[in-house]
Amino acid sequence: MPRLSYRRALTRALGDELARDEAVFLLGEDVQVGASLVTTGLAKRFGTERVRDTPLSEQAFTSFATGAALAGLRPVIEFQIPSLLFLVFEQIVNHAHKFPLMTGGQCSVPVTYLVPGSGSRTGWAGQHSDHPYSLFAHVGVVTVVPATPADAYGLLVTAIRHDDPVVVFAPAGAMDVRDDVDDLAPVPLGRGRIHRFGDDVTVVAIGHLVHDALAVAEELADQVSVEVFDPRTLYPFDIDGLTESVGRTGRLVVFDDGNRSCGMAAEIIASVVERVRLLAPPRRVTRPDGAVLPFAPALDRAVQPGRDQLATAIHLTVKDGP
Amino acid sequence: MTDADPVRLYRTVRLIRRFEERAVELVHGGQIVGGIHPYLGQEGIAAGVCAALDADDVLAGTHRGHGHVLARGADPARMLAELCGRVTGLNAGRGGSMHAADLSIGVLGANAIVGASGAIITGAVWAHRRQGRDTVGVSFFGDGAVNEGMLLEAFNLAALWRVPVLFVCENNGYATTMPVSGAVAGSIAGRAAAFGIPAVRVDGQDPETVRVAASAAVDRMRAGGGPELIEARTYRFDVHHTFEHVVRLDYRPPDEVTRGRARDPVRIQGERLPDTDRAAVDAEVESTLDAAVRFALTSPGPDPADALTYLYASGLTARTGGG
Repeated sequence: MPRLSYRRALTRALGDELARDEAVFLLGEDVQVGASLVTTGLAKRFGTERVRDTPLSEQAFTSFATGAALAGLRPVIEFQIPSLLFLVFEQIVNHAHKFPLMTGGQCSVPVTYLVPGSGSRTGWAGQHSDHPYSLFAHVGVVTVVPATPADAYGLLVTAIRHDDPVVVFAPAGAMDVRDDVDDLAPVPLGRGRIHRFGDDVTVVAIGHLVHDALAVAEELADQVSVEVFDPRTLYPFDIDGLTESVGRTGRLVVFDDGNRSCGMAAEIIASVVERVRLLAPPRRVTRPDGAVLPFAPALDRAVQPGRDQLATAIHLTVKDGP
Repeated sequence: MTDADPVRLYRTVRLIRRFEERAVELVHGGQIVGGIHPYLGQEGIAAGVCAALDADDVLAGTHRGHGHVLARGADPARMLAELCGRVTGLNAGRGGSMHAADLSIGVLGANAIVGASGAIITGAVWAHRRQGRDTVGVSFFGDGAVNEGMLLEAFNLAALWRVPVLFVCENNGYATTMPVSGAVAGSIAGRAAAFGIPAVRVDGQDPETVRVAASAAVDRMRAGGGPELIEARTYRFDVHHTFEHVVRLDYRPPDEVTRGRARDPVRIQGERLPDTDRAAVDAEVESTLDAAVRFALTSPGPDPADALTYLYASGLTARTGGG
């Protein structure tokens, strides 16, 4: 079975879609040389017209992509730094996202915003370490956060083929994950995946935290039976899949690398408790409120949700119940 | 292929003028909710520029955008229905005054975010050209937009990649109430020069002058040239927004308004026509607008249950907000 890294899975998805559909093109900063190590080789294979380096003009090239999409193309923009999404939030939300409704259905804006290396890369400090997926879920832009190489491939392919804007967060903490991959295929939006079945508690883990959650579940296996649910898509969210899981376990912990207030964990918990009567109060392990990742590695780690915090939350949730 | 017919040019400015006057009446009558940014006084720019365009060309406008949409040839009845929030409107009542769009004729929309049209049009034209089409584009914006970074970034992209976009600055002297002298360091044309974009300043009150300048720019762009900029000096005859009909703001000296209104693009173009031709156009425009008002006011409003129809082109459905 061939081993595939998460990073190479993204490269392969881009290459396959560029080859499959002439309307697809890639633009961003340093994509021809492949500074993110994701777009490596694509300029040579597809030419510099379709793999375009841009000046450092994020706002203009983001809306350039909107215009190209309105004219029938399928742009993919790579942002090397997750915090750049704050700079182009206006262009994505006010234009790309709103055009279909505001025009009364006259158009579609199929743009993919690919963010390889989202979240902390350790040592990149306050302006390079954000994980703002909840913002896009909040405004209703399709948002995916794949955890595995197969899902990275499948969700990026789906994003590119999707007729609305999609933000693809590829967490720094997952980029070097390798997996045995047999079959690469598109992955549908809005469908979660249970990585590990369990009886006592459902842990919803987002992105790279899926791997941490699986490790914690393994460590605790002789004390508590943990189910690990990976939503894969944050918006639209697979609430049916999660309801089924929590309906069996009766307990819920959310493991989310976003800030606490108005974060994904809050939304996930609210959506579940609207449907399911839990056996114990749900818990969430997140970044703190208003987190700005400090530089020093120990501080960077201290602000990210950790395995110990998850283990504690699981214990408390199980202890709270009947 | 420029349309140099003076009658057609007059018809366009006259149509926009009377459309806007009728729309203001509908605002006062409560049939248009939320008000409008009237294009009154600036008609010659949209009319002159659009007369220089071909069928495959694209444009995007501003919050003061009715003139661009009408000059490009959108149906005035569906445009007015849009302003009135009817399902028969260009945008099915989802866009209104500031977002009126007709993609079937290359109008990628009025746009309420100042300075937004430049990059969108640059991308659209680049895409058309990649598809082997001979498209040029027009990005309309006001003097306020020349201080928006996004627009200046678009100047750079269009020039760098030689995308044939005609940047048209409608300099009416004020960004809402802020005079150009209080907002623009350097000059508007100087911003274009900084990016190597040829720029001309023209009298925006003369539709024919605008048409000639736009045609020359479009010809050069179709022959392989990069983007160009026209700064059309103009004067807004009425308010920034119709809320000023209720709340008077004191920022334009009365004698300036009088002087500004004296140079009327509709009169200037009208005087180039024999009286009988002009009268015939006027009558035809009135009849078109009578029908447009009837159409708009008798068209059904949308069903609140469908408020978020069209939110997603992919057919994704959003959760409702109820408990």
